[in-house]
Amino acid sequence: MRAALISEARKLTTTQLWWIVSIVMAAYMAMLGAMLAFSFTIDPESMQGGSLGSGSGSETPALTARQVAEAVYTLAPTLGYVFPLVMGALAMTGEYRHRTITVTVLAEPRRSVVLVAKLVVQFVFGAVLGLLGTAGAVLGGAAVLMVVGEPTLLGDSGIWANIGWSVVALALWGVIGVGVGTLVPNQVASVVGILVFTQLVEPLLRLGLAAIEGAGEIAKYLPGAAAEALAGASLYSASGLAELLGRWQGGLVLLGYALALALAGRLTTMRRDIT
Amino acid sequence: MQIASTPPAGLPVEVRGLTKSFGEVRAVTDLSFSVAPGRVTGFLGPNGSGKTTTLRMLLGLVRPDAGTGTIGGRAYADLPRPASVVGAGLESASFHPGRSARGHLRVLAPLLGVPDSRCEQVLEQVGLLDVAERRVGGFSMGMRQRLALAAALLGNPGVLILDEPTNGLDPAGIVWLRDLLRYLAHEGRTVLLSSHVLGEVQAVVDDVVVISRGRLVRACSLPDLIALARHRVLVDGPDQAGLRAVLERHGWSIEVEDGVLAVEQTGGAGAPAIDSRAIGAALFAAGLEVHLLQPQQVSLEETFLALVGGPDSEVVA
Repeated sequence: MRAALISEARKLTTTQLWWIVSIVMAAYMAMLGAMLAFSFTIDPESMQGGSLGSGSGSETPALTARQVAEAVYTLAPTLGYVFPLVMGALAMTGEYRHRTITVTVLAEPRRSVVLVAKLVVQFVFGAVLGLLGTAGAVLGGAAVLMVVGEPTLLGDSGIWANIGWSVVALALWGVIGVGVGTLVPNQVASVVGILVFTQLVEPLLRLGLAAIEGAGEIAKYLPGAAAEALAGASLYSASGLAELLGRWQGGLVLLGYALALALAGRLTTMRRDIT
Repeated sequence: MQIASTPPAGLPVEVRGLTKSFGEVRAVTDLSFSVAPGRVTGFLGPNGSGKTTTLRMLLGLVRPDAGTGTIGGRAYADLPRPASVVGAGLESASFHPGRSARGHLRVLAPLLGVPDSRCEQVLEQVGLLDVAERRVGGFSMGMRQRLALAAALLGNPGVLILDEPTNGLDPAGIVWLRDLLRYLAHEGRTVLLSSHVLGEVQAVVDDVVVISRGRLVRACSLPDLIALARHRVLVDGPDQAGLRAVLERHGWSIEVEDGVLAVEQTGGAGAPAIDSRAIGAALFAAGLEVHLLQPQQVSLEETFLALVGGPDSEVVA
């Protein structure tokens, strides 16, 4: 298992993508953190009249300083999770696209070991992306909050729990990515599927289910919502658009998605002939 | 040509009754053959005849419908650290284009239980040390073949299985590969290489396993295959019936081809050797006028093509 882990880690570090994605993740989250902190604090009214607040009406009270900080610092699990998700998927689909799966399985015929090694390595790399993305969001957001004279709440242990669990959420997204990539080894289909689901299907479902009486409960169990629950807050919950599960519930739901997808991939793609 | 301090013992490869269909297409049917250590065995057949499928079944990548493939008596996946027992080069194109040659080998090294310094050894051995840091995406087909061979040699295996290793190699590369494989077999290793062109491996193989349409056509030594290559002599003259009668009286077998007589080796014991001088002498003694007396050598490649069903025998698999 140790050899398989080293091999998988080397697969990641012997190509260029990992550091490019790392830089993009940190920079993108820093930019979004700064922008969000700016828009929350300079013109809180815009959140109610704008698209984000359209469902809640004009009686929604302005966000508290804590809600602002939570929403800004947990941007990685709210908007940045697509990076570890895609990287996780690429870890498996790349093997099929470039046909390196032949060499991989010849060197390690125990296919479960191959899969588990990928899950572990992408968990770790997801954590790295989580660390970088969350650091970006916190630095970018806190900088703006300080400049405009709002509290950063960086002395608050609850806020640091949000930050820490955000990293864990992104690590789990990396694991989910491997599961998706194993279940759908076609790289284009896998990546397009991820983008369509995360950018379109889940947001629409969350808005749509929230509008239906009693269906909002289902929306809490969608993977994105579960990850936000693990982080403890999100842009959606802070702006009153969605309720979240408890932290442990959210974490278990997210872990459940990760394991179910990996198992499904093991029983389908990983059992097939490699031709 | 330093491979490693002690070459490992070669193991026999046994294929017994392997059968595989992909949907409606029968790729391999009841195929059995053996590959001996210390020899280079050519696994020959046209494109699509089932060679790659057979090798993939032998290596546990494809699950056979029936039959077994074993290396030293064990299935590939049951070998301890199999890639260090069997070095396989299946696809010269199966590299991540963004990974360097060195990176590719370093990914494999931990799984084979070899130190990173071994990567440098095999890179040098296949002549890729100078381009080790270049991305494989920019490699020529010949360089990819060399890298695939380096990966196969990485674990210092006693058994080498190479699928079409001569594809994309220039003539100098083919000579180089031939010398290397000869040397590896000479050390006692088992070398099995597939090819659809007999001519490219003729100079290196000791034994041949010929398949066509997923079935075994012949498994024999190369000299036995060469013995199949026929010699014949084309004969013509104004009195064809008279020529024919004389030739048949001397025990030669005759076929008519494009209007001329083709005197063929029958292969039967006691049949006279096909020799244009003997034929000419016999016809002269019979007082017959001869216009054409032309010895013809049927090449090994033609013999091979005849065995596998001619050049138009390609099937999809």
